[in-house]
Amino acid sequence: MKKLLALVLAMVMTLTVCAAVAEEETVTLKIAHIGPTTGPAALYGLATLHGAELAAKEINEAGGKYRIELIAEDDEHNPEKVINAYNKVLDDGAQMILGTTTSKPCEAASAQGYVDRVFFLTPSASSTAVIEDKDNAFQVCFTDPNQGAASAEYIASHKLGTKIAIIYNDSDVYSTGIRDSFVAKAAELSLEIVSETSFSTDDNADFTVQVADAQNAGADLVFLPMYYTPASNILNTAAAKNYKPVFFGVDGMDGILGVEGFDTSLAEGVMLLTPFVATSEDEKVVSFVTKYREAYNEDPIQFAADAYDGIYILVEAAEKAGITSEMKFDEVCDPMIAAMQEISYEGLTGAMTWDESGAVTKTPMAATIINGIYVFED
Amino acid sequence: MMIFLDNLINGLSLGSIYAIIALGYTMVYGIAKMLNFAHGDIIMVGAYIAFCGLQYWNLPPVVAMLMAMVVCTLLGITIEGLAYRPLRQATSLAVLITAIGMSYLLQNLALMIWGANPKSFPGTFINSFTLHLGRLTISSATLITILANVVIMIALTLFTSRTKIGKAMRCVSEDRGAAQLMGINVNRTISITFAIGSALAAVAGVLLCSSYPILQPTTGSMPGIKAFTAAVFGGIGSIPGAMLGGILLGVIEIFGKAYISTALGDAIVFAVLIIVLLVKPTGLLGKPVREKV
Amino acid sequence: MTKAKKKHLIYNLVIFALVIGAYVLLQNMIAAKTITRSLKGQLIPICAWIIMAVSLNLVIGFSGELSLGHAGFMSVGAYTGAVISGWLLNAFAMENTGLRLAIAILAAGLIAGIIGLLIGIPVLRLRGDYLAIVTLAFGEIIRNLVNVLYIGTANGKLYFSFLSKDLPADVTILVDGAKGAVKIKPISTFTAGFILVMITLIVVLNLVNSRTGRAIQATRDNRIAAESMGISVTRHKMIAFVTGAVLAGMAGALYGLNASTVIPTQFTFNQSINVLVFVVLGGLGNVLGSIISATFLTILPELLREFADYRMLVYAVVLILVMIFTNNPVIRSVFMRMFSPVRRLFRGRESQQGGEAA
Repeated sequence: MKKLLALVLAMVMTLTVCAAVAEEETVTLKIAHIGPTTGPAALYGLATLHGAELAAKEINEAGGKYRIELIAEDDEHNPEKVINAYNKVLDDGAQMILGTTTSKPCEAASAQGYVDRVFFLTPSASSTAVIEDKDNAFQVCFTDPNQGAASAEYIASHKLGTKIAIIYNDSDVYSTGIRDSFVAKAAELSLEIVSETSFSTDDNADFTVQVADAQNAGADLVFLPMYYTPASNILNTAAAKNYKPVFFGVDGMDGILGVEGFDTSLAEGVMLLTPFVATSEDEKVVSFVTKYREAYNEDPIQFAADAYDGIYILVEAAEKAGITSEMKFDEVCDPMIAAMQEISYEGLTGAMTWDESGAVTKTPMAATIINGIYVFED
Repeated sequence: MMIFLDNLINGLSLGSIYAIIALGYTMVYGIAKMLNFAHGDIIMVGAYIAFCGLQYWNLPPVVAMLMAMVVCTLLGITIEGLAYRPLRQATSLAVLITAIGMSYLLQNLALMIWGANPKSFPGTFINSFTLHLGRLTISSATLITILANVVIMIALTLFTSRTKIGKAMRCVSEDRGAAQLMGINVNRTISITFAIGSALAAVAGVLLCSSYPILQPTTGSMPGIKAFTAAVFGGIGSIPGAMLGGILLGVIEIFGKAYISTALGDAIVFAVLIIVLLVKPTGLLGKPVREKV
Repeated sequence: MTKAKKKHLIYNLVIFALVIGAYVLLQNMIAAKTITRSLKGQLIPICAWIIMAVSLNLVIGFSGELSLGHAGFMSVGAYTGAVISGWLLNAFAMENTGLRLAIAILAAGLIAGIIGLLIGIPVLRLRGDYLAIVTLAFGEIIRNLVNVLYIGTANGKLYFSFLSKDLPADVTILVDGAKGAVKIKPISTFTAGFILVMITLIVVLNLVNSRTGRAIQATRDNRIAAESMGISVTRHKMIAFVTGAVLAGMAGALYGLNASTVIPTQFTFNQSINVLVFVVLGGLGNVLGSIISATFLTILPELLREFADYRMLVYAVVLILVMIFTNNPVIRSVFMRMFSPVRRLFRGRESQQGGEAA
């Protein structure tokens, strides 16, 4: 009887200890998502928010060591409001920031974060200014120059076109950034640019002039460093004018096939360099896309995938850095910076590593749209 | 020469869309004496309604368009009754701010209902054929837009000059107080004006999105501002003026982009506007206002 | 001292006392660390928006011209401030941030004033909605032009380039086209913002209570009568317009030098409209009203963050309701009757002071 009692007691104690250990080991990370969830850029902010929410939900449901508490604030894609959102999330106890979604606000917020010692991992703000001269900001996406140069190299090595036209958004940091590096690289590789026209976000409806300029210059390849929304208008205009060059896009082009009501035959033959496509047959991607559709009733764009990866990357780095629930944002910052340079992560958008600049190293893949789906090339 | 003609046609097409929107602006301004900044957003609502009809319920295009017109008409009357009518006696600035608030409201409601992801307006009967004249291509959307514009302008002119309601509108626009004394129901007349203006906005929305298919909650705002500019350009309050202003604005915008710089398109449009207003301070077809001492 | 002068003096003193009181209170909160980061971060933008609202009120409320391009002047100021500050640092290695800020703000005011003068000459010939649309047009033109402007500095010199980035390779880029003014060293302080608000108030209140100010208001109330009294309408409207532009430019420099970056799209037509909302809500010609509404409406969207994505929707509804409630005679009288004790109190004080200047 005594033996039994002792055994029971021992078991109970072990269990208690175990439970205590388990209790101790659960770390809650307070991660803030900042992005435009209202206004004209809401499309991108909502995508990153949804991606992040999905990842946080998965992690919390899996019940591992880490729990995610997501604090979401809206920045309206405005460099003034982003500072308000940033201060708000710090007031609310955020330890690190997944964001901000768009380049210009991110530049303003990460500069402030550099002074206050706040760690930033931006899913999608791709301009170099976001990470330049600051050690606290890292990116999940490519930087713009990287994409422009890679596009020019791909076009030259695959001999996709001899006369190139560029249409870009002159009021957008992302678009002008890629355009600048593309032009520089094209000159180096002696690609001939025969037409270069621009538009601005405010009047991105009418592209007849830009398309006609490319057509009249006899361009056989049109480079479109822009998001898919204006790009789909350009494809429409070109189709109406019976102009059929090779259209070459960048990662912002992904999503064009998911636009409700879009005639995908217009995008036939469009090529793009992108680390993520929603129609990929990769197991992880398929599972992500299925869950995303269930939760939000739409196809995820690359922004959502970047943010989804972002949450997992933060957890991985936090594990490496030994972040605990009680640490304040300024205590979290430096260990996270060190950890980011050590980890590597294989996510929806490819295998990634980081150096001290904060820029990501991963390989873009070239895809062609054939019969309404992406087909990858080597 | 071909390039020139091509640009001219593109300009006419863009200008015709501006013109139809400007007609709505100008009517409301002429009669209610207010700048209805929410007009651009009614266009957006109209386009979304038509989109739903075409995409989700597979309605015939004409029915979808009529449905958009009905919804927009009701919306216009509701907005006028709830937000603008209580401010009939207030300063024009107070009404302007209310209209701006209404514009924010519509955009955010649309964001909530239809989401932030853009929709692509389905090709409709409007995009059924393309004319090829040598190297020149004219899409059916262009032809139909220009045609619709002419028809609407003639109809509106006849309506305001021949029908009883139209005459009542002109009276109210001339002198609201006197019109009331003559037994005209001012509130009803203004409601009807809003109804017509909003129905026109629905048509403009369908035409706009047939030519430039991307549909977002902010789709209406820039065309709205441009059309407002066009209405002032032609002389605000004048129906032929709105038509002329809209078409000229479209042509200038396209030519400015084509022959000067695509980066300065808007600057050129607005610079021309300023020059015109300096020469003719009440717009191209505006009536000079004589001041009484 | 005449009764009218005394009345103005009291009204002005009340405004100054409130602004100084708010400043002292906030400084104490900052010192005691009882202020939230969120509020602290908004202090400088609030100062800038107050200056914008008061200066636009001078143009709309006192001289009676609807200007829809006020953000254009702010943009000119923000860019000038960023460029001058960057240049001073490069040319003279001027580390004294206070001095640099002061010079940058003055230069911004000067440039914005010159542009205001150039725009004012043609614009002020027009009236009413036509003037409104032309100021809107100028605002858009300014935005469009700065979008293709490139400025860099090297060896104490400034380099300019337009439409394409033709700058020597070794320059520090200050303005980078669509990317806006980049790598600004934030040097604005709340105290600087407060001083600038005080300067704005002194300039505006003195101007409107002076002989020139009365002439400006006379041109608003009855142009023809004013003209026949020998008041030069264009000259007085110009004084109000250019003063407004100078102040907006200074506000722009304060605002721009508070952030690490400024982009052209921050100063669009929508931003002008926002400032217009401040002015109309605060009351035309009511300086204190402009200060309160600029502060309140800047903080409001932040307070509404609890509503998450319904925030802007709520903001729009609040805006419409406030306009209806304050401008509909029937609703207002019902409202007043409901609060008749308060009203009586209010009236009592009013009759003591005699109706306020506004």
